[in-house]
Amino acid sequence: MTERQAPVALSDLDRNIINALQGGFPLTDTPYADVAATLGMSEAALLERLKEMLDTRVLTRFGPMFQVERMGGRFVLAAMAVPESRFEAVNAQVNALPEVAHNYRRDHAFNMWFVLATETPGGIDAAIARIEAETALPVYPFPKLKEYFVEMKLKA
Amino acid sequence: MEKIDSIDRALIVATQSGLPLVSRPYDALGETLGLPAREVQARMARLLEIGVIRRMGAVPNHYALGYVANGMTVWDVDDAQIDVLGEAVGQMACVTHCYKRPRHMPDWPYNLFAMVHGHDRAEVLVQAEQIAERLGAAVRARDVLFSSKILKKTGLRLVG
Repeated sequence: MTERQAPVALSDLDRNIINALQGGFPLTDTPYADVAATLGMSEAALLERLKEMLDTRVLTRFGPMFQVERMGGRFVLAAMAVPESRFEAVNAQVNALPEVAHNYRRDHAFNMWFVLATETPGGIDAAIARIEAETALPVYPFPKLKEYFVEMKLKA
Repeated sequence: MEKIDSIDRALIVATQSGLPLVSRPYDALGETLGLPAREVQARMARLLEIGVIRRMGAVPNHYALGYVANGMTVWDVDDAQIDVLGEAVGQMACVTHCYKRPRHMPDWPYNLFAMVHGHDRAEVLVQAEQIAERLGAAVRARDVLFSSKILKKTGLRLVG
């Protein structure tokens, strides 16, 4: 079970690093040194701050963000209306599938929302069929029909 | 679907948990994979160009940044207008993801999904109001689904 990270008090320096580096990290030989120069800090200090922010989970990752669809795989959002009395048991059944990449509880009759991620398109249908068979509850798939905008950048 | 060869795949597996935090990260990846750094850089540039890599850099934990309220705003709008409306809502600063998705009648009439993130639920509701204003008379029904718990968060992991 993933617990929520409590908000962290960030220094101005860490804020600047996060706001400047949510994309565009260069493919140069010494990218940290190059980025550090634009932020007015040393390469060693930048590496130290990144390590610290990863250790304290202010950053979940530092590196490339991949789009699985462009590799031939698929990401599909799906929802279920799970009776409250069975929520924990169904949650365990759903989470046990490796295809379930994220799962959120939401305040609605559709109270479980998860993302299925597979390396091949056929894996999605198989995962949905398995969840329905194991839980005896319908799964409502919400494949994206069109993507208008995706940019998960938040101001620190 | 874009062409990904076995070397690209090895590069993705090697970087999916992050870039090495060393002075010359592409040299370090090259050593791991038995490739010259130049080839690592060229392949990553191509993966960026074809969109397999969406972007490179810091992925903040939005809860740690104080964005503790995340609302999935959902809207039932006319299919004939949805593309224009979806593009417009996607351009709004508060929206991080915006998609057209299928309805499931009668339980689910909504076809436009826009994710917003706020420091509390009140901020998210203000953002939802801004979206409602932008959509105007096109809105036939609407809702906001707040997340109350993260049940799992691993992301896709390719097996190397």
